[in-house]
Amino acid sequence: MTPFYKFQFYLFALMAIGAALLFVTRKSPVSAALWLVNVMFALSGLYVMLDAPFVAAVQVLVYAGAIMVVFVFVVMLLNLGRPDQLPDLREVGARIGAGLVGIALFANLLAVRREVLPVVELAPPSDNVVLPVAESLFTDYLLAFELTSVLLLVAIVGAVLLARKKAVT
Amino acid sequence: MSLHTLLPPLAIDFAAWFPRQDSQVAPESIYTFAVASVIKLLVVFTLYMLGVALLTLAERKVSAWIQDRRGPNRAGPFGILQPVADGIKNLMKEEVRPADADKWLFIVAPMLAFIPAMLTWAVLPLATPLPTPWGLISMSVASLPVGYLFMLAISSLGVYGMVLAGWSSNNKYALLGSLRSSAQMISYEIALGLSTIPILLLAGNVSLNAIIDQQASMGWNVLSLTIAWFIFLVAAFAETNRLPFDLPEAEAELVAGYHTEYSGMKFSLFFIAEYANMATMSGLMAALYFGGWDIPFTSWDNEGPHTVVKTLATLAMFATKTGMFLFLFMWVRWTLPRFRYDQLMTLGWGIMLPLALGYIMVIATATLALDYIGISRGVPFSLSLLVLNLALGAVLLWWGDKGKLLSPASARLGQRELARLRARSAAPASFAMGVPSARVRAVAAARQPNEDDVDAVLAEAELAAAAGRPGDSQ
Repeated sequence: MTPFYKFQFYLFALMAIGAALLFVTRKSPVSAALWLVNVMFALSGLYVMLDAPFVAAVQVLVYAGAIMVVFVFVVMLLNLGRPDQLPDLREVGARIGAGLVGIALFANLLAVRREVLPVVELAPPSDNVVLPVAESLFTDYLLAFELTSVLLLVAIVGAVLLARKKAVT
Repeated sequence: MSLHTLLPPLAIDFAAWFPRQDSQVAPESIYTFAVASVIKLLVVFTLYMLGVALLTLAERKVSAWIQDRRGPNRAGPFGILQPVADGIKNLMKEEVRPADADKWLFIVAPMLAFIPAMLTWAVLPLATPLPTPWGLISMSVASLPVGYLFMLAISSLGVYGMVLAGWSSNNKYALLGSLRSSAQMISYEIALGLSTIPILLLAGNVSLNAIIDQQASMGWNVLSLTIAWFIFLVAAFAETNRLPFDLPEAEAELVAGYHTEYSGMKFSLFFIAEYANMATMSGLMAALYFGGWDIPFTSWDNEGPHTVVKTLATLAMFATKTGMFLFLFMWVRWTLPRFRYDQLMTLGWGIMLPLALGYIMVIATATLALDYIGISRGVPFSLSLLVLNLALGAVLLWWGDKGKLLSPASARLGQRELARLRARSAAPASFAMGVPSARVRAVAAARQPNEDDVDAVLAEAELAAAAGRPGDSQ
């Protein structure tokens, strides 16, 4: 790893961790959502460094551009009120539970670190970065891909059905 | 006839001026890359900001021209210094922050509105690569292999600025405006994204350079994918919140929408963001559908060796195309009135989305069929698609223009519609003003516990009118 690469890695990694910490400690739901967007961006930067620009672009497109916009939209529609007037939704039990899960995940990370990870041979650089992804999606992982699409379709139909509840009954 | 025979004195081979052979290959040194990137960043940023400032002037000049006025003509010759005067005014003005506004989000929102529009320019190829003594410099700030996806990802972030501006202002009009804007932008983003899928089907790649190369060899996408371009155009107007889709800041209903509470330079940033978005959308349309920097009717610009003249000529071509779309944006703004919100949503979800989806299927099928027949990817391929587009376009216009969707002022009303309107004016006075208010509807509903109360009353009135005035139905 060149020093430049190392610097970039720690930059994005620290950004992701810092933003994630701020995300769980903010009281205002909108601020929390925005810090989560920041985490997405930092992760996207890490994906670029892993030579996966497609995943990086899709990360921003799907999470920051679509899902989090809907989150912010919903938070605004709920009109929860000013942050200092909000009751703290994070109860003691939930905090302890989240903390335990965090410790378990951290232990998991340490355990993985003891294993020697297999060295993956990088694909040769090509002009078309989407082609390898598309090929494996539509050949090796076709069943998973189709199942996911059916799942999403069911979710969409379900959402429409819920929204039209009055008309149905 | 190619361009260099038309313009012999201009066709100086600047590459020959540089002694080194490697001016035609990309530089290997990381330092050359870094220095070139910094220079490109500074140049593109400066020109972009200058262009956006001049756009605000251009908008006022164009509006004055369309409305037969003179427009700004006091600051400098022909009012050319007006943007400077506006900028100084906005910087000197007092900035007001509402007492209950969310401090940080209120400050961040204008930046978030402006930055995504600017970022997209980082991946647009502005011209053919420039040969220099240090190697061939690509003429986009960062020529990403996923340029198209980057552009989609970044343009999906523009909505944050407006949403947060409205929310953090703690003002109901601002919040309503930002809710409208987010709903509108999310709705049209889908049509916008889907309208660009056929481009990928033809180019087979997500890098913008590949998309432009494909257009240079096969003909521009506006010919082979006309309907996709049309969807993109309409969605671009909605995405930039320009008339006829400027619902988020409809001043008659919402004061000024999401930027009601903003003043001084922060307000100005929203204003700049609007023009920055326009420039970005124009640049994207030029790159995705009008061949980018490609000069039509010649292959002079597409073949090596790269020269400085080629770079300058293609840059001028790209600027011309972008400028044309910018003018179109202004032209439409001063021509068309605003849509109603339900019309906007119906257009977005009910027409644009199915149209874009169906068009993807049509193009995919046509591409497969043409490949199967054995028509090679080239001009004949594009011509076949053009014929298909013309046929589809004719069908669409015929279907669309039944007085139902477009319903221009000149179109004749159908007999049914005419009878319905007459019946409405003959109905009780409370219904005479078009759509009855919620209160009237509630009263009517209370009188007759029927779900279709208004329709029932209207139908009755229709019958009465038809019976009472038999000679009047023409």
